[in-house]
Amino acid sequence: MREITYLEAVREAMSQEMRENDDVFILGEDIGVYGGAFGVTRGMIEEFGPERVRNTPISESGIAGAAVGSALTGMRPILELQFSDFITIAMDQLVNQAAKIRYMYGGKGKVPMVLRTPSGSGTGAAAQHSQSLEAWVAHVPGLKVVQPSTAYDVKGLLKAAMDDDNPVVFYEHKLLYKTKSDVPEEPYSIPLGKADIKREGTDVTIVATAIMVHRALEAAEVLEKDGISVEVIDPRTLVPLDEETIVKSVSKTGRVVVVHEAVKRGGYGGEIASMIAESEAFDYLDAPIKRLGGASSPIPYNPELEKSHVPQVEDIVKAVKETLNKA
Amino acid sequence: MVSLTVPEQITEDKLKDLLREMWTIRYFDEKVDEFFAKGMIHGTTHLAVGQEASASGACAVLQDKDKITSTHRGHGHCIAKGAEVNKMMAELFGRTTGYCKGKGGSMHIADVEKGNLGANGIVGGGIPLAVGSALTSYMKKAGYVTLCFFGDGASNEGSFHEALNLASVWNLPVVFICENNQYGMSGPVKEMVNVPDIATRSEAYGFPGVVADGNDVIDMMNVTNEAVERARNGEGPTLIEAKTYRWKGHSKSDAKKYRTREEEKEWRAKDAIKRFKEILVDEAILTEDEAETIRTQAKRAVEDAVDFAKEGPMPTKDDLLTDVYA
Repeated sequence: MREITYLEAVREAMSQEMRENDDVFILGEDIGVYGGAFGVTRGMIEEFGPERVRNTPISESGIAGAAVGSALTGMRPILELQFSDFITIAMDQLVNQAAKIRYMYGGKGKVPMVLRTPSGSGTGAAAQHSQSLEAWVAHVPGLKVVQPSTAYDVKGLLKAAMDDDNPVVFYEHKLLYKTKSDVPEEPYSIPLGKADIKREGTDVTIVATAIMVHRALEAAEVLEKDGISVEVIDPRTLVPLDEETIVKSVSKTGRVVVVHEAVKRGGYGGEIASMIAESEAFDYLDAPIKRLGGASSPIPYNPELEKSHVPQVEDIVKAVKETLNKA
Repeated sequence: MVSLTVPEQITEDKLKDLLREMWTIRYFDEKVDEFFAKGMIHGTTHLAVGQEASASGACAVLQDKDKITSTHRGHGHCIAKGAEVNKMMAELFGRTTGYCKGKGGSMHIADVEKGNLGANGIVGGGIPLAVGSALTSYMKKAGYVTLCFFGDGASNEGSFHEALNLASVWNLPVVFICENNQYGMSGPVKEMVNVPDIATRSEAYGFPGVVADGNDVIDMMNVTNEAVERARNGEGPTLIEAKTYRWKGHSKSDAKKYRTREEEKEWRAKDAIKRFKEILVDEAILTEDEAETIRTQAKRAVEDAVDFAKEGPMPTKDDLLTDVYA
């Protein structure tokens, strides 16, 4: 098995799909010769040409609408938005059009599109280029939401997203683009709605998304030295959510910490925590459900402040110990 | 064809059909107005009474494979694109026999298979979508044209400007039709747009803009036909501004305080249906009696649609969660 980066996995999944299916194309700002703001589409225009790797004007609402309209009429567009913050400018097309068309048309028509976008902080890009707004999107019926944490998951989940007949928002984490893992060369699909147990343990469950999966795994290593066995679950997709895997794990461990980078207030962690509280896992809880998330402020520029905004490894370690009354 | 100047594919029979269609649009929306006044229909609706010529004239030159996007004031566009009034009325009654199984209502009637990509509750929301549809036609070499209806108010939305620019730089087969009915809800176009003709906004994006008499179905046909041919021949988009007027208020709860009754009277005198009928009679394409027969047939079709709608079953709670995802 060879290792490739998270970023290369995105590119490979798209390229393989585009070789197989003429209806698939990419559109977005600077995705052509420039290769995309983060370099994801580098080399793709050379292989597929400017018709299928469509460099667009800077018009988020216009290009999102072009994706929706082309999907509704038989294409399978992949829309790259340069930063996930810019979803705000495309919100009408995503929330009022793409998400609702099939339902409000009484089941006629479908919108098979993928909106790929880099999210998260840690790059010093400050308040307007660092947000994690996945909870906004997860709140809208009609959309699916994917948040992969590894190169292997990226490739399989993106394949599933491209094959899905619904609008899928696919969040890529900027800080994970360079991370590597073993990725098969042939195409494969990881079904949306299937969580992954990234580490097995018995004392406490951590449910974490995107970059927090990596921090949770690091925290688990630290905690192991103290004799604490941590299970780390990565939902991988927020919509649909694999409730069963989470409930089963929490029923086994009796303790849970839910952690994401997005602002804690109103974040998706609240949804996961409530789901656990409403499930049979409640009877097995030995401690209150704990949530960790971003601070209730915009993302600051200063590197130390920026770090302090989002949960770090030591915060996760501390939270786990609190659930065990060992803090 | 007689001395009338119309696109060559428009036969005398087609002209008669158009008169029937315009009457159908008028009677449909008047019937809906009546039901709302009586509290018989749920929700809200936006009526295009007085604007029949722009929808009918524009869609008259389309082929079956062509597509449209429509607006919150979209019943006329639907009918002009060949929608069945039975299913439309059933939708307004919230029945499962409606176009959207009772889940869309007045503002979301669509028939994707037949090229009606849907009415839209968001001002300007359908404009980028039409560009996407045109992109499919271009990429698949499908040869269809997308007609994009919107109002004067939408021409101030960012989506309008973004979509026009995108359609222009990609040279896509789309025709933008701005139905300028003089008001964006209560906002007079003269206060909201600082150029005399919205059609001139196309100049900023490098393609032609044309002003048409939106109350003259023949002018609408000719102007739209030229634009559709340009699009089909790979010559890119056109912006058409159809100057027209809505006889009724914006929606059911509009006291119309923002305009004068004199102005309404002036525009009613330019009744598109009456004008068209007189032309057809003058040109000896039909007699007064035949015109009258067409009118009563249209009226009856709408009455029948009401009967059909009332007979349709209501959705059940089981339908709530269907079709959220494909």
